Amino acid sequence: MRKYVIKRILQLIPILFAITFLSYGMMRIAGSDVVTQKMENTGGVVSEETLDAAREQLGLDKPFLTQYFVWLGKLLRGNMGNSYVSGFPVFDTFVSKLPATLLLTVTSILLTIVISIPLGILSAVKQNTVVDYLIRLCSFIGNSLPNFFVSLLLMYFLAIRLRIFPVIAKDVSLKSVAIPAITLAIAMSAKYLRQVRATVLDELSKDYVAGAKARGVKFSVTLWKSIMKAALVTIITLLMLSVGNLLGGTAIVESIFMWDGVGKMAVDAISMRDYPIIQAYVMWMAIIYVLVNLLTDLSYRFLDPRIRLGGVKQ
Amino acid sequence: MSKRKNEDMNVRNTATKEYGKKVTVRVQKVKKSHIKQKLVFFTVLAVCLVILAVFSDHLCPYDPYAQDLSSALQAPSLAHPMGTDTYGRDMLSRVISGARASIFSTFILVAVISIFGTIVGVGCGYYGGIMDSVMMRISDVCLAFPGLVFAMAIAAILGGGIQNAIIALAVISWPKYSRIARSQTLALKNEPYIHAAILSGDSSLQIMLRHVFPNMLGPVLVTAMLDIGTMMMELAGLSFLGLGAQIPMAEWGSMMSSGRSMIQTYPWVVLSPGIAIFVSVVIFNLLGDTVRDYLDPKNREAF
Repeated sequence: MRKYVIKRILQLIPILFAITFLSYGMMRIAGSDVVTQKMENTGGVVSEETLDAAREQLGLDKPFLTQYFVWLGKLLRGNMGNSYVSGFPVFDTFVSKLPATLLLTVTSILLTIVISIPLGILSAVKQNTVVDYLIRLCSFIGNSLPNFFVSLLLMYFLAIRLRIFPVIAKDVSLKSVAIPAITLAIAMSAKYLRQVRATVLDELSKDYVAGAKARGVKFSVTLWKSIMKAALVTIITLLMLSVGNLLGGTAIVESIFMWDGVGKMAVDAISMRDYPIIQAYVMWMAIIYVLVNLLTDLSYRFLDPRIRLGGVKQ
Repeated sequence: MSKRKNEDMNVRNTATKEYGKKVTVRVQKVKKSHIKQKLVFFTVLAVCLVILAVFSDHLCPYDPYAQDLSSALQAPSLAHPMGTDTYGRDMLSRVISGARASIFSTFILVAVISIFGTIVGVGCGYYGGIMDSVMMRISDVCLAFPGLVFAMAIAAILGGGIQNAIIALAVISWPKYSRIARSQTLALKNEPYIHAAILSGDSSLQIMLRHVFPNMLGPVLVTAMLDIGTMMMELAGLSFLGLGAQIPMAEWGSMMSSGRSMIQTYPWVVLSPGIAIFVSVVIFNLLGDTVRDYLDPKNREAF
């Protein structure tokens, strides 16, 4: 078990290496660097010498590979550099954006669980009744609506018409997180509902359910004790993947609602060519991806001891 | 990684379904004709959408790019069934013309990723070895890379535009297909008829073309059909952020983005393209689900 975890964490290294290299390379191909970008923004005419001096100061005059390894060396010593645009340390900037993204992640995941699990089970238990059709219809509609459309609709009805929530998030609070969280929860619940329903239906058709019924076990007991346990494996896989995506920040929703999270930071950093911030963001994404995968696999093991970790080769 | 567990679970699910097969055979026969009807119906709807996209130039009642400031922001009326936008352009014409941009780019995208992903997956699964591990690691990296951020980076390099949005989405979505094709190939590789083909002297290429690819068609087709709706939404999302179609091109996502500040006063500017996206995604999702039910009745799910 421990060996497996260590192996998986070691696997992070080549992935991180490839990803940082890729993003570094991509930004280089982009042509105009941050110095030109910055000077263009000020609007004045700047001499070539000043530009070169600025490049030298930022280390942009060195060859690409040197720059990359210098950055990598600094990173290993815990120094992520300063933002080109604001001049603040990257690490601090990044940490300051995290709470907003974390709050959005937690609220939207909780909402999703609260909506999708009970409705999914209800839909499966009442299969082919009006309730089931209604729930499935809602899930289908939720699946077919793009999230920017949902956010605009929610903004219109909840914020502009009913004035329950603020249109644009002014602070990181439960009230301002509501609309972005509902937007994300709608899309996720629609997806999960189907999965929960399918899993529960699958379990319901198994022999042990009939057996329990024959022995006179109450249906609710079978449902909560046995079926839920089996359904959890599916639900946890999905939840983990979503948590990973959400922690990376949802660029569209975050920028529509001006939610000051990691996703919006990345969007801004890319438009400003702020390499250090982009690097930090990409690293963050890669770490989340690998950790989420690891946690998912570990939770399988925990929920279903039949699954062997790292064992069966196809 | 977690994908493999998913596949294991699928195998288990199918196994339990096999178990109850005897009872459901008759039910399935009845349902099959029902599914066929549904399939025809949704195919007709989808073909209608495609025809709309192909002949959009001839179907528009007005020129979608002709500005007429004197009739700007008119509410829906008989002359303009969906109203007009800030520059007095007819919304209906823009929505019809946007169908071409949205539907065609989605088709190109899905075709590219499914063909490329399948070829890579079959190759990796068939030959195995170093190439296999390298390609799978590359696909790990592609999966780990946040899609939208990648698309933005591409837009920063190549400039905005719908082609670049397609490239960006293609780069992050092909691994899905290569994984499906790879796991299928691995399973097929040990089939007796493959061994027989090897013994009878067929080249690897022949075997892959004649015996492996045909078996791949079903699962890849189903995934591709179900992907159309998702990809359409993702492309529109990129355009919404200004990274896909560029102004003044009529594209649903960018039309919504440019109208979003007017949702309170002139809701039709946002609603018409929004509903257009919704309706086309619904049609393609329904078609995808029906194709799945038709090709793979064992794996039937809600809707």
